[in-house]
Parts: sequence; C-alpha cells; structure tokens
Amino acid sequence: MNRGMLKFAAAALAVSWMGLAMAAPDVGQAQKQALNVHAIVMFFIFVMMTLGITYWAAKRTKSASDYYAAGGGITGTQNGLAIAGDYMSAATLLGLTSMTYFQGFDGYIYCICFYVGWPFIMFIMAERLRNLGKFTFADITSYRLDQRRVRTVAAIGSLTVVVFYLIAQMVGAGQLIKLLFGMEYWMAVVIVGVLMVIYVTFGGMIATTWVQIIKACLLLGGGTLVMLLAFSQFGFSLETLATKAVENSKKGMALMAPGAFLSDPVTAVSLSLGLMFGTAGLPHILMRFFTVPNAKEARKSVFIATLCVGFFFTVVAIMGLSAITIVGTNPQYFEGGDLAGKLLGGGNMPAMHLAHAVGGNLMLGFLSAVAFATILAVVAGLALAGASAISHDLYANVIRQGQATEAEEVRVSKMSSLGLGVIAVLLGIAFEKQNVAFMVGLAFGVAASCNFPVLILSMYWKGLTTRGAIWGSIAGLVSAVLIVVLSKAVWVTVLGNKDPIFPYEQPAIFSMPIAFFFAWLGSVTEKSARAAKEIEAFEDQYVRAQTGFGAAGAAAH
Amino acid sequence: MSSEVYERIRRNPKFDELVSKRSRFAWTLTAVVLGIYFIFIMVVAFNPMLLATPIWEGGKASIAWPIGAGMILLFWLMTGLYIRRANGEFDDINSEIIKGAIE
Repeated sequence: MNRGMLKFAAAALAVSWMGLAMAAPDVGQAQKQALNVHAIVMFFIFVMMTLGITYWAAKRTKSASDYYAAGGGITGTQNGLAIAGDYMSAATLLGLTSMTYFQGFDGYIYCICFYVGWPFIMFIMAERLRNLGKFTFADITSYRLDQRRVRTVAAIGSLTVVVFYLIAQMVGAGQLIKLLFGMEYWMAVVIVGVLMVIYVTFGGMIATTWVQIIKACLLLGGGTLVMLLAFSQFGFSLETLATKAVENSKKGMALMAPGAFLSDPVTAVSLSLGLMFGTAGLPHILMRFFTVPNAKEARKSVFIATLCVGFFFTVVAIMGLSAITIVGTNPQYFEGGDLAGKLLGGGNMPAMHLAHAVGGNLMLGFLSAVAFATILAVVAGLALAGASAISHDLYANVIRQGQATEAEEVRVSKMSSLGLGVIAVLLGIAFEKQNVAFMVGLAFGVAASCNFPVLILSMYWKGLTTRGAIWGSIAGLVSAVLIVVLSKAVWVTVLGNKDPIFPYEQPAIFSMPIAFFFAWLGSVTEKSARAAKEIEAFEDQYVRAQTGFGAAGAAAH
Repeated sequence: MSSEVYERIRRNPKFDELVSKRSRFAWTLTAVVLGIYFIFIMVVAFNPMLLATPIWEGGKASIAWPIGAGMILLFWLMTGLYIRRANGEFDDINSEIIKGAIE
C-alpha cells in the first residue's frame, strides 16, 4: 500500500471506527427497514423481565446505600458481569465486528487496546476504590480535601462524561432501532429514555445492576452462539477460516497483519491512553466498585469482568472474520445484490447479516433485541451515575453541606434521573442528523484527563491538596474539550470549517500530562494551614485504603 | 476513634510488610502487562509484517491472531494470579492486623 492510501485509510479509521467502536454506532442516516417482528417480540420479553426486576428492586430499595450502591450486597461475580455489561456496548458488537470484517487484524488490535485497561484497574485501583469510596468517585477525591470545591469539580467532570456519552448512545439507539426494528427514530429515542428513567428512578442500583447482568449474559450468549454457528462452517479451523477470508476479501493477505492502525503513532498512542485511562475514569464504571461488600469481592469483580470482556472481543473477532466469507460472498446482503457495492443497512451490519445467514430471521431478531437491550443497559448505568453526581455530590454535600437527610438525597437523585432522561431524549432528537462520533471520544477524553488524574493522585500521592485537585481537574477538562473541538472531528466535520486548528483528534496524550502537571503545580505551591492538614490526613486515608478498615460496609439487611 | 486505630495499625510492623509485599506484587504484574503490551504495539508500529508470519508452513492464518488471543488470555490469568495472593495470603495478614488494632 502506498503512503497516500495509508494516510487515507488512517484518516478513515480515525473518523469512523473510533467513534463506532466505542459507543453507539454511528450508522449514519439509517434506512428504515420493514418491521422486524421477531426482534420486537424478543425485546418486549426483555423489557417485561427487566420491569419485573425493577418492581422487585424498588421494594428492596429503602436507604440511600440501597439506592446508590445496592446496599453493598452485590457479589463479586454478579458485579463482574454487570461491569462487563456496562463496558460492552452495542458498538462493541457491531462496530468491532465490522472493523474486523473490513480491516482484519486491525480490529483485533483495537480490541486489545480496549482490553488492557482492565488488568491495570485490577492491580492499581480496585481495592483502593472499594476501601475509600461510598457512592461516587468524588467520595474518594474529596476524602481529605475540601468537600465543597472538590466535589463540585468532580461532579462537573462526571456530568460532562455522562451527558456526552448519553447523547451518543441515544442517537446510536435511534439509528440502530430504525434500522433493525423498522421503528421511527423519535419513537426509539423516547422508548429508551422512558425505560431508562423507570429503571433508575424506581429500582436504583439494584435494578440497574440486574439489567446489566441480564444484558451481559444475553450479549455473551448471543454472540457466542452466532460465532459458533459461523465458525462451524469452517470446521472450527483457524486455517480454513483465514484462507477463505483472504480469498474473499478485497484486502487479501493484508487482513492477516496490522495495517493502517498505527500509521500515525501519536494518534495511536493517544487513543490507547484514552481508552485505558478513560475506562478508569468513567463514573458509571467506578460506581460499580461500591456495590460489593469488600475489597475481596471488588477484586473478584474485575477478574470476572476481564474474562467476559476479553472473551467477547475474541468472539467478535471470529465473527468478523467469518462474516468476510459468509456475508461478503452472499449478494442478498448487498445493495442491489452487487458484491462490490455497499452492505445493506451500512457498514455496521456485518454482525447482523451474519446472524441472519447462520440462524435465519429468528437469530437476526434475537441479536437485534440484544443490541437494543445493550443500549438500554448502558444508558441506565450512565443515568444513575449522572443522577448520583447531582444528588450525592452537588446537592447533599455542596449545597446542603452534608445536612440533607437520606430521603431528601434520594428524592433529589430520582428527580435528577428524570431530568437527565428528558435532556437525553431532547438532545437525542436534536442531534438526529449530526455526526456524534466525536462525543464518545470526548467522553473518554474527559474521563481520562479530568477524572482519572485527580482520582489516582488522591489515592497515591500524599502531596495532593485541594487547589491541586481543582487545577488538575479543570486543566484536564478544558484541554480535552478544546482539543476535540479544535480537531477535525468537530472543527471540520461538525462546524464545517475547512482545516482543523489542532492536528490530532485524540486528546489523551496531551491533556493527561497537562492535568497531572497542574495538579502537581497547584499542590506544591499551596502553603496554607489547610493544605498542611490535608497532607497530614493522607496517613489515615492510606491506612484505610490499604486495610479497608473503616470502609463503608454492606447494609444491615 | 478510628484515627487512633489507624495510628495503631500504622505502627504495626506487619502493616509495612503487607503494604510492601502487596505493592511490589501489584507493580510487578503491572510492569509485565504494560511491557508486553508496549512490545506488541511497537511491533505493530515498526515491524507489522513480522506478525503476518504464517502459523503453518504455506498456510494463510498468521501468528498475529494467536498472539493477540494469547495476550488477552495471559493478562486475564495475571489478574487471577493477583487475586489468588491478594484474597488469600494478603487478606489473611490484613485481618490479623485489623484484629490486633481494635482489641
């Protein structure tokens, strides 16, 4: 491949796949399809089941701890599945299958970059998170610092991540459901919004956790089934699978080696950093660590989550490779039956077409329902995290300064989730025709630059003071947002300017060091008596982080 | 109240032992994971065709796939290694320390 083509391919990758793979797939202006009855029936069953669980959970949700953290009563294995559920979005299924379908091994590299954050979370973060946190990650960053100011910036960071991620998911949901279910865009968005608010408002963390668990099982089960059916057509032989794929793909042998993925090392490293540390700064993932009773179970959850995520990525890669032969040589999946033309429904469809090819309409319906359920579960987790940032951080600890009763706090949280639901639906509809891929990059960028540096410093660095935490958060937030806005994704694609002001789209490699630098600078230059006290208080925090003594325990019931 | 307990825990030599043992173990594993990952990314960036080597002589399937899957499996097994020690050996020392401090 010559240099020009490489560049083009890299640019195409950067623009489309990153967004695709990380969140709701940007399926563009999807064509509305015929009503898919199998899918609708199966989705209906899922909804009924989750509503039943929400009813059951609502009766068990009494205290604030029940509401935010399921009373600390989730086991490690359950939580591991739920974390995997939070992490594997519809785009993991559709976007990564399609990336392997078109790019071969590059798709799998992407999976590996996505995956490597998990061992890191296990070794460096899991037990300290559990030992120090209660309901939100701001509990940890503000542990020995000024509650009001630190929680305010932490809440801004959380809400920024949640809102951008929510919009991307909503738009993705609308497009996907229009495509798979043959439903109107706005209807799909409203259904997702309403169900999300019901789960979160009535069932709190207990319902959200179970919705995640069911969704994770469905996604793992459905994906594995399709993969096995597809792989069986190649006699479960990697060699046969590869030979056929190479024969049937335009890319030929290029499928078997890394291609355009890392042709721009800055973008690649930045993307890796963003994925890895962004994961460790996503408020809805961090919150999950407070639902287990102790550090032992927290570690177990990461172990299970890592297994599920790694396994699923491998399933997805095999699906993508199989689809090259099974879908790519079947004219019925191409517009006008033209094998050289576009895939029906767009570039994100290989997984769905594969399901249809190996299991008929029933399997297609099933996988479509799973994709819808997946979006629903992810937005529920996001909404709960956003509502908690508003009620637990902003309302209870900043506005009321710890004087609010539990009942008041939970009531505010429920109203907030309703508010977030309304905002998500309205923005989802407003952004229908926009390219929202950048919003996911932004969510991960802000998580990695605004939330993660201060979180990790508060746990590991004695010298962090209130001013350092605030400077670090704000510097990370501002630089990540600015870089994305001035890059091609927003400046050119969304705002319609000719050339981007900033050449790179992935902010992490720049914005993370900026955040760390300002957190350090703000801390070492602060010489007040309060700062000295904060540094002194690290000792106790350190003992608690290490031993778990004094950690918020499981609820009494 | 808890501040006194924390003070007692901190003065217990076993606490230092626990912290240094566990940190050393966690950071070693982190270094191994990041090291392997970094080598992989470097190969991808600077010598991608190395990964195109066929698994079987004359075959099409490249070693890239099993290497990728092997990394995923290895990293997962390493998280398993960590919790085996952390939930066993380290947690035993931990509960001993806490028991000693609250009595």
